[in-house]
Amino acid sequence: MTAKTLFEKVWQRHVVVPETADTPAILYIDLHLTHEVTSPQAFSVLRSRGLKVRRPDRTLVTMDHSTPTDTAQIFGGKPIALESAAQQIRALERNCAEFGLDLIGLTDERRGIVHIIGPELGATQPGKTIVCGDSHTSTHGAFGALAFGIGTTEVGYVLATQCLLQRRPRTLAIEVQNRLAPGVAAKDLVLEIIGRIGVNGGTGHVIEFCGPAIEALSMDERMTVCNMSIEAGARAGMVAPDETTFAYLQGRPRAPQGEAWEQAVADWHTLRSDAGATFDRTVRLDAAAVEPMITFGTNPGMVAPISGRVPERPGDAVFARSLEYMGLAPGDSLRDKPVQVVFVGSCTNARLSDLEVAARVLTGRKVAPGVRMLVVPGSQQIKRAAEASGLARVFTDAGAEWRESGCSMCLGMNGDLVAAGQYCVSTSNRNFEGRQGTGARTLLASPATAAATAVRGRVTDPREFLD
Amino acid sequence: MDPISIIRSRTVVMPSSNIDTDQIIPARFLTTTTREGLGAHLFADWRYDGAGASRPEFALNRPQARGCQVLVAGRNIGCGSSREHAPWALLDYGFRAVVSTEIADIFRSNSLKNGLLPVVVDEATHAWLVEHPGAEVEIDLPAMQLRLPDGRAVTFPVEAFARHCLMNGVDELGYLLQQADAIAAYERRAV
Repeated sequence: MTAKTLFEKVWQRHVVVPETADTPAILYIDLHLTHEVTSPQAFSVLRSRGLKVRRPDRTLVTMDHSTPTDTAQIFGGKPIALESAAQQIRALERNCAEFGLDLIGLTDERRGIVHIIGPELGATQPGKTIVCGDSHTSTHGAFGALAFGIGTTEVGYVLATQCLLQRRPRTLAIEVQNRLAPGVAAKDLVLEIIGRIGVNGGTGHVIEFCGPAIEALSMDERMTVCNMSIEAGARAGMVAPDETTFAYLQGRPRAPQGEAWEQAVADWHTLRSDAGATFDRTVRLDAAAVEPMITFGTNPGMVAPISGRVPERPGDAVFARSLEYMGLAPGDSLRDKPVQVVFVGSCTNARLSDLEVAARVLTGRKVAPGVRMLVVPGSQQIKRAAEASGLARVFTDAGAEWRESGCSMCLGMNGDLVAAGQYCVSTSNRNFEGRQGTGARTLLASPATAAATAVRGRVTDPREFLD
Repeated sequence: MDPISIIRSRTVVMPSSNIDTDQIIPARFLTTTTREGLGAHLFADWRYDGAGASRPEFALNRPQARGCQVLVAGRNIGCGSSREHAPWALLDYGFRAVVSTEIADIFRSNSLKNGLLPVVVDEATHAWLVEHPGAEVEIDLPAMQLRLPDGRAVTFPVEAFARHCLMNGVDELGYLLQQADAIAAYERRAV
């Protein structure tokens, strides 16, 4: 038997009809995550063609992107401030009722960012194929699932047939040796990887993250790494499931229970790349050499250690334009750059452990005068847990805003915005021009860096607070 | 979707690399429930200043850009968000093809599903196109060729089934629905 990669194993299990020169493979989708922004036009197609949702039981629907995070608008009866967002939310409610789908709706205690609640509910599992009309679907690969973002047309295909037409992607192994140093986060590692291979370094490939540094990561950290696979252009990112994965999933509401659990774990143990399996490409790096990172430009590949400086790229007009947008110049120090906004949240870094590390930095301290800090838990369950454990009090005592869950300031479409010209250290995934609001200047970093920066009001190496 | 055969048009050139879908259509325009009308917001923050006035230096705002159906963009166009609103906006504005040396995966897939032709060419051809904005080109989908004004022809790859769908003006859903028996058999076997 030929040695297979993790990706090949998951892919082969889901081939309904193999690919030929004329037609792509038909790939079965185990779990379809759906949200308010990329689904309305897909439901319209189903309606106009008289189609039903094939597998409502494999469709998990919630609202997160255009949904406000203001408590009064969620629970207080205050109207949703953005009328178009309110309409989009109502459209999702109507579509779910019409097509017989369970909706994790606005006031549901299970609601949250779709990529956070999938794992939290135990719906995300090793070996599954998972898609969503959202590029950060790559997050779920942390469990050894094959998970990737699709467009709205494909959302319609999956609703109607539970399948997609796919050509088999290539494979890229990213092997990470040693361990991350204290105070260095999974976010720093993935930013280092993107900086190294580039924002198109993974195009056409499924990445498997492997090696001792990856095995040592918690599930939350693995999700952060896989989440940003798409920022390197990859179709998906995966980590082989192991005891860490199984311990995370056991007992979650949608995970297998009892005897089915034992059978599932036995099967999941086989989901790893065989010795001698070949990848189309391999990249190796040393986790111990990674430092706290921060972006300085307008894509996530424009990144440097916090201790570093904005590099020079003479003759590169795109680079120069990006720096102009950011109000930075080659040679500028990144450390001590004053900021006006700090955002802790998003599908990259809004899980409980992210909030815990931010709270560790903020305990007994205050957000610097003139800085607005927004802390947005990734789900309502995370919110309640943080409130019960006292984390939320740390944030509010420090002067940060504590919100209902949602995508919030990761993207400017729900009312949470960074003003033009302002600098925001953000734990989200994209520093594109205008991503957090027209003219906003985003500096991507880890939750620890964000919290340390909030305290000083300037970009700060979190190790100053964590050591 | 109208069948695509040959697209003849002058080009608009936006040479920047890594033009992400947040630039093509900013997130604030995604709170829509239809796919129509997005062309008005295409490249909104590059086309208009904070007061809503046209930025004359931006490629699409130049008089010679009017009516162009082919966008020549820098490497890795369409990276970032999976929003299909990006090809919807480009098509609604009047574009029918995007030419680059590299096109991001999800954007390429979304474009093919909507009749916006993604055309990947070699560096030399791309460099020529960037140096000659407004060049009259011919993109021949049946032949998978892009022809330059001097008659030079370069081939570009298009996935076979996507090409079949584009040339016949059909989407992939009909084909998938025809596979209902195979899908049901898979569900009995594996799910």
